Amino acid sequence: MADSSAPAGGLLTTSDGRSLKSALASAQKRAKRRAFLLVLPLLAFIVITFIVPIGQLMHQAIYNDGFSANMPRVTAWFAETPPGTPPDETAWEALALDLKDAAAARTVGVVGTRVNYEMSGTRSLFTSTARAASRFEPPYREALLEEDAKWDDPVLWGTMRQVSDAYSANFFLAALDMTRDVNGKIVPMPEDRQIYVSLFLKTFLLAGLITFTCFVLGFPIAHLLATLPMRWSNLLMILVLLPFWTSLLVRTTSWMVLLQQQGVVNNSLVSLGLISEDGRIQMIYNQAGTIIAMTHILLPFMILPLYSVMRPIPPSYVRAARSLGATSWTAFRRVYLPQTLPGVGAGSLLVFILAVGYYITPALVGGASGQLISNLIAFHMQSSLNWSLASALAALLLGAVLVLYWLYDRLVGIDNLKLG
Amino acid sequence: MSLPVYASPLERIWHYTRLVICGLIFLFLIAPILIIIPLSFNAEPYFTFTEKMLAFDPSGYSLRWYDLLLTQPAIPADVPRDSAWWAQVWRESAWVRAAKNSLIIGLFSTIVATVLGTIAALGLSRPEMPNRRLIMAILISPMIVPIIITATGLFFFYSSPCALIAWTGLSQYCGRLTSSYVGVVLAHATLGIPFVIITVTATLIGFDQSLNRAAASLGAPPTTTFFKVTMPLILPGVISGALFAFVTSFDEVVVVLFVAAHDQQTIPRQMWNGIREQISPAILSVATILVVISIAMLATLEILRRRSERMRGLSPQ
Repeated sequence: MADSSAPAGGLLTTSDGRSLKSALASAQKRAKRRAFLLVLPLLAFIVITFIVPIGQLMHQAIYNDGFSANMPRVTAWFAETPPGTPPDETAWEALALDLKDAAAARTVGVVGTRVNYEMSGTRSLFTSTARAASRFEPPYREALLEEDAKWDDPVLWGTMRQVSDAYSANFFLAALDMTRDVNGKIVPMPEDRQIYVSLFLKTFLLAGLITFTCFVLGFPIAHLLATLPMRWSNLLMILVLLPFWTSLLVRTTSWMVLLQQQGVVNNSLVSLGLISEDGRIQMIYNQAGTIIAMTHILLPFMILPLYSVMRPIPPSYVRAARSLGATSWTAFRRVYLPQTLPGVGAGSLLVFILAVGYYITPALVGGASGQLISNLIAFHMQSSLNWSLASALAALLLGAVLVLYWLYDRLVGIDNLKLG
Repeated sequence: MSLPVYASPLERIWHYTRLVICGLIFLFLIAPILIIIPLSFNAEPYFTFTEKMLAFDPSGYSLRWYDLLLTQPAIPADVPRDSAWWAQVWRESAWVRAAKNSLIIGLFSTIVATVLGTIAALGLSRPEMPNRRLIMAILISPMIVPIIITATGLFFFYSSPCALIAWTGLSQYCGRLTSSYVGVVLAHATLGIPFVIITVTATLIGFDQSLNRAAASLGAPPTTTFFKVTMPLILPGVISGALFAFVTSFDEVVVVLFVAAHDQQTIPRQMWNGIREQISPAILSVATILVVISIAMLATLEILRRRSERMRGLSPQ
């Protein structure tokens, strides 16, 4: 003992003569490294299978080489000349030759589609002109105009100049219902094509509504479970956990079965005489269907955090308030409710975050009016094949969700996330 | 929850009203799940109770929709059911194949998620862990990020997974991950990891670190300490995390829709098709089987929870 802790120059040292301070620091560093090394494999896994794909999605939202990769000569001409230059014979020649090559490589559809995103009605112009491209002879301007006079449109050339840059913020603009005019100035879309902002708003509104109904239905249940004796609450908890563990598709299917026009609910109402045979209520394939099914699916995510906050609240607080003369309502409002707020916040945020990004249930029971932003992303991925626009919409949705997630971490803490 | 003796009549009324309201909410939670069970035995192709069913007439009930699961898409139903017929069902039935795919994908993704997740949870619950909060946020994010975004990103990534290492010149040797089992397994493992992290770190909070130090002071190397001391104590948490991961995979449809092909058809994917195209009561029989499975899972979890509570009662706090 004496040799290891003898003060040498006023400092404590370890047996091998290093100062205790640095030995401790290096031991702590080693412990830190060990802890991190345990996490590293998973972190690497998540980065590769999750963070990188999302990075690629972001990239897709600002990068589309549909035009530049398949029309190299025109792209080069655009790069050499300042914006607004009227097309000269070099440009016409480049365009004609590019169209010829694109037609041969069967990529002209991609080119037309890319231009069409910015200026509708141009896809067929590209494909039809390309079909005749092998016959083009100089002077190319006349040859192209003879095929279709639309080629002389300065707006078309302005649009082609815009899309010749593979990097573009235009998809984000489109996702926010904005576009660029001929001069490249950002202007709002024509009224009839403004759909995305209102859909975002609708998504948030519906998510808010679903969160609210979940809260209204979840609070009494959580309160009941928290105040019952453990034996009973564990039993009733099963009724909350069974839906939680049941497949989402099963739950959505059962709502389809229940709420159909020929389904159980309508049949019961008819046989009870509450509605007439032809007065069957349309409860599904519309917004109402989305709200009912999603409330059912997300309700456990509200009840569980509420319950875990309510359980430890001592009942004596409310009793004390009552004994001091508060009515049961005042005691509840002034004493009990404030203590449940962390649970209310946790549950509401969680339900809202999950509801904003919901896809499966709206797709199956939402009909036309109950679709959310996720469904439109899927539509652009699978049907319209405008992947860049889908990615821009996804990036905006992701941004919103990450803000909420950050808020959740600040207010609740991710460590407090509990399941069952 | 009993009513206090000093409750006023109004409070008494409210008390019973509240119980009725709670009962109705419980009904809302549980009825949709239970109602499909009798409906799946419907003898008619309807989604509602027929008069015969309501009269408990046995002819109103049948197993025809369960039978349909075996014979879809093109297996003869009215032939003698010998071993050759069952072999054909095992090979060709669309639902049996989907079940096999779901089990294989679920099993492998659960193994990946549980092993990586448990190791990481051990690191995360050490007090020395640097940047704990940030790393935890990243590891939980697959649960929070909307599934459609994950699926879209994975679709791009899987189309050319080696674009990342293009600079090495090796990318020409690797193909695509779309339409492959590996792709689906990796994606499902990613989605299951947050659940493993949450359940295992929650178990480790109640874990007494001095047990590890005691084992070490008695000369046990870290791996022995882990398998003999830590593992038995956190096993309930690990198993429930694994169950969560398995259920996540078993229930996942969007990623399968985006990155898998016909060969990787899973039960949810098959259900999705069935619901979207023409919904037949056969879907209800699958749903019933899935409900029974989830009841079994829930029971397992409940047993584990009780066991873990018992063990925690024994361990010094």
